[in-house]
Amino acid sequence: MNVQNQMKMEFLSRSANEALARSAVSQLAAQLDPTLEELGDIKTSVSEAVTNAVVHAYPDKLGMVHLRARLLEGGVLEVTVRDKGVGIEDVDQARAPLYTTGGEERSGMGFTIMESFMDKLAVRSVPGRGTTVVMRKRVMPRLLR
Amino acid sequence: MRVTWELRGSRLFLYLSGELDHHAAHQALVEVGAALDEHMPMHCVLDLSGLTFMDSSGIAVVLGTYRRLKSYGGELSLTRAPNHAAKVLTMAGVDKIVPIASVARP
Ligand SMILES: Nc1ncnc2c1ncn2[C@@H]1O[C@H](COP(=O)(O)OP(=O)(O)OP(=O)(O)O)[C@@H](O)[C@H]1O
Ligand SMILES: [Mg+2]
Repeated sequence: MNVQNQMKMEFLSRSANEALARSAVSQLAAQLDPTLEELGDIKTSVSEAVTNAVVHAYPDKLGMVHLRARLLEGGVLEVTVRDKGVGIEDVDQARAPLYTTGGEERSGMGFTIMESFMDKLAVRSVPGRGTTVVMRKRVMPRLLR
Repeated sequence: MRVTWELRGSRLFLYLSGELDHHAAHQALVEVGAALDEHMPMHCVLDLSGLTFMDSSGIAVVLGTYRRLKSYGGELSLTRAPNHAAKVLTMAGVDKIVPIASVARP
């Protein structure tokens, strides 16, 4: 698929960078002229994926989080969030609504939100090696709305 | 993220504003907890109209507030949740536990 625009970021898994990541992607996505609701869905989904890398991937240390966002042909936004953290043993279980290993501060809704706010969600993970989350969403051209 | 409060009769109104994400959630819950401990209201209204962003971390803040009130018999309701926050909360079924009174922006 033809890449129309692309950006990459790397940052330490500090919680302050969650806002940095979602606003950067939101600025790129704005080039597709999304509705406020679409932009909200995109920001929330990016925040979920990045927060997972910050909270779960590197539990007692700081690590790098890699973010790539691309605008593909046909008004499609693709966001990839990658960490080299602890990984996930059972991805299907992790994706189930309300499943969490995070205790009372988490609700187990992150993957469910990404899945429903974006059109596509792929999660690849290797225990001990890290996790990659790829999300896609098509933003309707204004003329067709 | 900012938490402010106002006592109206026996009701404590808590106003959350700004961006409620994981980075802000812990401090938000600490401040909400301090206001609840100080007033021990029988009814608390969480006003979300000032939120410009909220992700799943906000679910835990709402449920944490609910549990804190419930521990001494107090009640919680939510009001003026922006569309986007309401969407996240209903997806998690929070509206089945805490009534969401109205939506701020149509
Ligand atoms: N990048 C990651 N590295 C390691 N484990 C992860 C990662 N992302 C998710 N997980 C695991 O998958 C579970 C489910 O993730 P999900 O985002 O759905 O919920 P949560 O983060 O626990 O809660 P919430 O997102 O609602 O705050 C997590 O509790 C964690 O065990
Ligand atoms: Mg999560």
